[in-house]
Amino acid sequence: MATSDPVATDGAGGSGVVGGGDPAPIKAIPVRHRGRWVAAAIILVLAAQFAHWLFTEPEFQWSVVRHYLFAPSILTGVVHTIELTIIAMFMGIVLGVVLAVMRLAANPIVSGAAWIYIWFFRGTPVLVQLIFWFALPSVVHSISLGVPFGPAWLLTNDVQSLVTKFIAVCLGLGLNEAAYMAEIARAGILSVDEGQVEAASALGMTRIQTMRRIVLPQAMRVIIPPTGNETISMLKTSSLASVIGYVELLYSAQIIYDRTYQTIPLLIVASIWYLFMTSILTVGQYYVERRYARGAQRELPPTPLQKLRLVLARRAPSLAAGT
Amino acid sequence: MSDGTVAMVRAQGVRKSFGKLEVLRGIDLEVAPRDVFCLIGPSGSGKSTFLRCINHLEKVTAGRLSVDGELVGYRQQGDKLYELRDKEVCQKRQQIGMVFQHFNLFPHMTAVGNVMEAPIRVKGESKAVVRERSLKLLDRVGLADKCDSYPTQLSGGQQQRVAIARALAMEPKLMLFDEPTSALDPELVGEVLDVMRDLATEGMTMIVVTHEMGFAREVGDALVFMDEGVVVEAGTPRDVITNPQHERTQSFLSKVL
Repeated sequence: MATSDPVATDGAGGSGVVGGGDPAPIKAIPVRHRGRWVAAAIILVLAAQFAHWLFTEPEFQWSVVRHYLFAPSILTGVVHTIELTIIAMFMGIVLGVVLAVMRLAANPIVSGAAWIYIWFFRGTPVLVQLIFWFALPSVVHSISLGVPFGPAWLLTNDVQSLVTKFIAVCLGLGLNEAAYMAEIARAGILSVDEGQVEAASALGMTRIQTMRRIVLPQAMRVIIPPTGNETISMLKTSSLASVIGYVELLYSAQIIYDRTYQTIPLLIVASIWYLFMTSILTVGQYYVERRYARGAQRELPPTPLQKLRLVLARRAPSLAAGT
Repeated sequence: MSDGTVAMVRAQGVRKSFGKLEVLRGIDLEVAPRDVFCLIGPSGSGKSTFLRCINHLEKVTAGRLSVDGELVGYRQQGDKLYELRDKEVCQKRQQIGMVFQHFNLFPHMTAVGNVMEAPIRVKGESKAVVRERSLKLLDRVGLADKCDSYPTQLSGGQQQRVAIARALAMEPKLMLFDEPTSALDPELVGEVLDVMRDLATEGMTMIVVTHEMGFAREVGDALVFMDEGVVVEAGTPRDVITNPQHERTQSFLSKVL
């Protein structure tokens, strides 16, 4: 109790500051968590059984998996899947943001049109939309530019060769995605404090400037995580293109197993590639989210790489010192 | 104005309703150039709404409101009023700075980024020129060392000083302050009031909605007490605060002083 007391009461019943001194560090026996050990044991046994099945079941034909994993036709399928995902997501994001801004517009016709678009494209299965776009040439015979219901210049009457399988798939996936992205973007825009718009208006910024420079960058923080999920989801949804015969990853695997009847190993090949690509996207999503968190937190938490470097830096001097 | 100069702000019978609720019920007042004009009154008295009418964040329902001799939000030709286009409204707002109770800094931009944004985007000035001026402004509000900080890294008082610098960067002829110190911890109020006092000394025309009676008495040239959408009492700050004539002013002041 030798430490200096800040004006302390004499401890005669009232509240106040009392002298404490230097307490000894606490040494207690920790609580035993038996349940955790039991749960861990059960999971480990199940995992061992699963691994055993994976490696001993002959039908998995791991040698076939290895043989086709980097086959040229599979790799082409991977490239096509990536192309589809990028194009469809790009269409979805651009059109989605436009639809979101339209839905928040003051003009009821404009917001109504956006509402109907979203209602229609979210309300029908994407598979149906894909097949519809593929069948488009049977209902649209020519495309022309001119006065509505008046004179027009014919652009093409060969819609069949204009709407290729690739175009049909891009339209189907992209236009459908736009409906979902519109709702995500709208939620993001609405999440931005109204005071931000007021401050920008008070500075004389126009509505478009305010949206582009002030509202959307802040809405991004809310928009990015679900958009990452949508991209991962799109990567897998693009496999629906196999239905109309566009050669993406799943269809290129199907072409092989239709010929060789090695269905299971080729599905494993496709799954390995899907898992690989979604893993890359997950890492990308983490860094993009960080980029848009600027200003939202006082200090960004370190990335896994930075953490690793920190740990190494802490270890290194002690190693150098010979401990 | 009796001496022939144009009033910076002139309100004649200004009314504002939100649906059935009438928030302003006929405001008449004049703000002379270079004056510090203080608005006080209980919450819900319409003082913030009136302030927001001045830069057309709210549309006036009736009456005439003009800034520097020009109608706010409308153009008069003959005896007809034409609503201004968005672009014209934006142009007029550039000349009026506004400081908000909750600062409303742009959180995704640094302090200097906040200050630079409008001069670059709205006035189209060159980045280098604006940056130099912005750093000078931040220095003037005592935050030269914080220019690269994001708003969340600043205290409330610092944020409000950045907000003042941001408004000044547009080189306005009139500054509106909407309870600039109400959201601040008591010990941070002083630093913001100091900046405002300097601004007043330099001759800026300021309209200040405030509860800081000390500031109003010391810096203010005119003071208006508002209640329930009307001006109850007006005069020099010293007169109104120390010798209120109206009963409602007396009861309000007895609660805040």
